[in-house]
Amino acid sequence: MTERIDIRRSEDVVLVRQRVRALAVQSGLSLVDQTKVVTAASELARNTLDYGGGGTVDIEVVNGLRRGVRLVFEDQGPGIKDIDAAMRDGFTTGNGLGLGLGGAKRLCSEFSIESAVGKGTRVACSRWK
Amino acid sequence: MDRIPILKLGDVLLVTIQVDMQDQIATALEEDLTARIVSSGARGVLIDISALEIVDSFIGRMLDNIAAISRILDADTVVVGMRPAVAITLVELGLSLSGVKTALDVDRGMALIRRRDHELAIDDADDDSD
Repeated sequence: MTERIDIRRSEDVVLVRQRVRALAVQSGLSLVDQTKVVTAASELARNTLDYGGGGTVDIEVVNGLRRGVRLVFEDQGPGIKDIDAAMRDGFTTGNGLGLGLGGAKRLCSEFSIESAVGKGTRVACSRWK
Repeated sequence: MDRIPILKLGDVLLVTIQVDMQDQIATALEEDLTARIVSSGARGVLIDISALEIVDSFIGRMLDNIAAISRILDADTVVVGMRPAVAITLVELGLSLSGVKTALDVDRGMALIRRRDHELAIDDADDDSD
């Protein structure tokens, strides 16, 4: 089961947090794991909005060999020139703390990021039981 | 847009965050609190986050900013009621809130502010006797 949410406005970031929480509960994640994945979702949704110019997130409850939730954020924004730099704590091209990407990665069990300049960015984050 | 109410208890401002905040509400709270510290001459700010299910880097930065601003304005900020899962997540995210005083609950937070006020009063008395 996958649920898609558009991320166009600041209120949508709140909605993403609420839906990720609901599906994390449904997937049977512990309270700490729920909190971690919701926090990661908040960081990534804000990135999609602030740096990607808006986009979408697909939230999926995974019920196979591994159980948990998987999130895929996609935007058609300007892309990231230097992903290694963007992943480093303290790096920001905006006015944030620069903890978003690196911090989100630490909160996920699995994390991947692909980006093409001028085309957009795709970030996947899974949190397993 | 919703705004978070700020209550005044003696010379302490009390803020209870009960909504899942969007970023603009956090920014507005920072501004409202700064104005209220000055207009009320408050000596302390108590921020109860026990209803918050997550603290991300944006809210973390807001708490850090409020603590730094209130320090400059001669008021103490204490953040109380952080849930254990939130604390674990915050540290893993990379935020230690090193500039923010914390206490387990409102009573202890209030005690922390009163103690500082008391110490300042004793210092003043010492200065007077010199």
